[in-house]
Amino acid sequence: MAREIQFREAVAEAMSEEMRRDELVYLMGEEVAEYNGAYKATKGMLDEFGPKRVVDTPISELGFAGVGVGSAMNGLRPIIEFMTFNFSLVAIDQIINNAAKMYQMSGGQYNVPITFRGPTASAGQLGATHSQALENWYANTPGLKVVVPSNPYDAKGLLKTAIRDDDPVLVMESEQMYGDKGEVPEEEYLIDLGKARIDREGSDVTLVSFGKIIKEAYQAADELAKDDIQAEVIDLRSVRPIDYETVVNSLKKTNRMVIVEEAWPLGNISTELIAHCQQHAFDYLDAPIQRINTADTPMAYAPTLVEAFLPQAEQVVKAARQVLYLD
Amino acid sequence: MAKKKITKKVYLQWYEDMLFWRKFEDKASALYIQQKIRGFLHLYNGQEGVLAGSLFAIEDKDRFITAYRNHVQPIGRGVPPEKVMAELMGRITGTSNGNGGSMHMFSKEHNFYGGHGIVGGQIPLGAGLAYADKYLGNEAITLCYMGDGAVRQGAFHEAMNLAMLWTLPVVFIVENNGYAMGTSVERTANHTDIYKLGLGYEMPCEAVDGMDPSKFYPVIQEAVDRARAGKGPTLLEARTYRYKGHSMSDPQAYRSKDEVAEFQKRDPIGIVQKVIQDKNYASDEQLQEIEDRVKQKLKDCVKYAEESEFPKPENLYDDVYIQKDYPFIKTP
Ligand SMILES: Cc1ncc(C[n+]2csc(CCOP(=O)(O)OP(=O)(O)O)c2C)c(N)n1
Ligand SMILES: [Mg+2]
Repeated sequence: MAREIQFREAVAEAMSEEMRRDELVYLMGEEVAEYNGAYKATKGMLDEFGPKRVVDTPISELGFAGVGVGSAMNGLRPIIEFMTFNFSLVAIDQIINNAAKMYQMSGGQYNVPITFRGPTASAGQLGATHSQALENWYANTPGLKVVVPSNPYDAKGLLKTAIRDDDPVLVMESEQMYGDKGEVPEEEYLIDLGKARIDREGSDVTLVSFGKIIKEAYQAADELAKDDIQAEVIDLRSVRPIDYETVVNSLKKTNRMVIVEEAWPLGNISTELIAHCQQHAFDYLDAPIQRINTADTPMAYAPTLVEAFLPQAEQVVKAARQVLYLD
Repeated sequence: MAKKKITKKVYLQWYEDMLFWRKFEDKASALYIQQKIRGFLHLYNGQEGVLAGSLFAIEDKDRFITAYRNHVQPIGRGVPPEKVMAELMGRITGTSNGNGGSMHMFSKEHNFYGGHGIVGGQIPLGAGLAYADKYLGNEAITLCYMGDGAVRQGAFHEAMNLAMLWTLPVVFIVENNGYAMGTSVERTANHTDIYKLGLGYEMPCEAVDGMDPSKFYPVIQEAVDRARAGKGPTLLEARTYRYKGHSMSDPQAYRSKDEVAEFQKRDPIGIVQKVIQDKNYASDEQLQEIEDRVKQKLKDCVKYAEESEFPKPENLYDDVYIQKDYPFIKTP
């Protein structure tokens, strides 16, 4: 039986179910307990699990991310919430130098079964420091796994798997999705990390995206359908590892591809996909692959600048028509 | 410099300034509800005494840096308030050309170094401003502000140590308003005397009443003088309170209405007004004139901001590099 729940409820359910299942799992972060989460994604968890397992912290990201890693080396399975991933930057040393490398450095003795989660990327007019998409930064780091759900169903299934995973996993959400509703089964389910999903089948052009910005791709696909152009939309869901197979298979079918990613353009997931596809599907390409990214600037505050900065559905439509040589 | 006398003129200046700051924030809040200001909006209501006392202790050449609760500090330093309002409304005429928004105000002309959105990020910067002044042999000192929540960041502790190690001309001021979002000070450490964090670094440190500028002023003046005399940094804990929620969407379940009311009894504007009335520094009519002036000035601010243009899409590239022909990647 499926029911409609909000993204934030799916997140809370995933964590709560895993905490019921395994005493070693605990949640730590700023405002996660008494305040019920800065974005209410941990609502009710303090009441159910108590202050030993749902832990409010001072504004000490470096400290509590490191405490999380240390506790994971000593048998626990922490979920560390960043109020947003923008603030993970003061803790990035703990994630990159400690969480990601410990297993290898210790010759396989110490694994780090930790989940870092919280919202990533822009969320309206918050200015440069609060609007950064860091998925590709973390995806660049061997030793980490990085998933980016775009709907409540994926959020729950991926987060549960992340918590059970024995390696460090980052689950990157969005403030702007927490209120989104979607169907989520009552029964338990898990979603494998590293598997993309074809959201919509089509034969004319492949649109690849992930995270909240995929909505621009959906909207573009609707627009294109009005002109009888059938777009296949792929939600990557995971950016480390990347499900290259699903992407390449789709490209072999449509022969044209547009990638939509909220990220700065120099060295991101889009460029990685393009590199992979030209190497593994060169003979199938009927047009150069296009990508729609953010502007190559920090995000600015004014509404006009936010719009100019972010990928927009119209740009996706235009790029799709371009790879189809329609314009 | 010896402590200055707090004259009638100073009290009247404090009154007018603080009233303007308060009304400015109230107006910003109203404009936020009308969706003319977006994003986050952190208001300074209740904390004005700290700023009034501080400004009386420094000179134009001195430097000022703070966190994101930063709309009225630049105004206090002399930035035209309509420029701050324009920034809040995302206009090209704003203090950062509409790039910065509510959390990121700056004014090089008025030695206001921001406006910083990452908690604690400005603390080492404050030490760095002072480092440059010492290096260059400038007489200037730096005031570096932060919230009670920010002292739990590693950046704070590293900056404290470096400032002592290198005897930097900086005063660190913790505006302890009781809360970091929904987290009270007592829930962030095993002691609540934040100023004592200075002891571990052997930095002169003290807690001060931040609600009454006449109490805050002499203490910060001493710290400023120490810095200017080349004797190094000071850590001050200004005990104050924020009347409003953390930002605009805060249900404030972590505190009681009574608690807020209790602090409002010691309102900085009220305290100064009482002195003015007790000492007959101004008649009721004169106070009314001040209020009218404040209201008119505020109206002009909003008008200026509303009549200003939004930046154009291409302005996004204007302020990223000094190099004007920087080769940006453009997709598609
Ligand atoms: C590194 C970092 N972590 C978290 C946040 C989110 N955040 C913004 S303000 C704030 C509370 C800060 O409280 P305090 O330092 O007491 O300043 P106040 O808001 O009371 O002025 C938090 C947690 C942030 N901006 N930066
Ligand atoms: Mg505070």
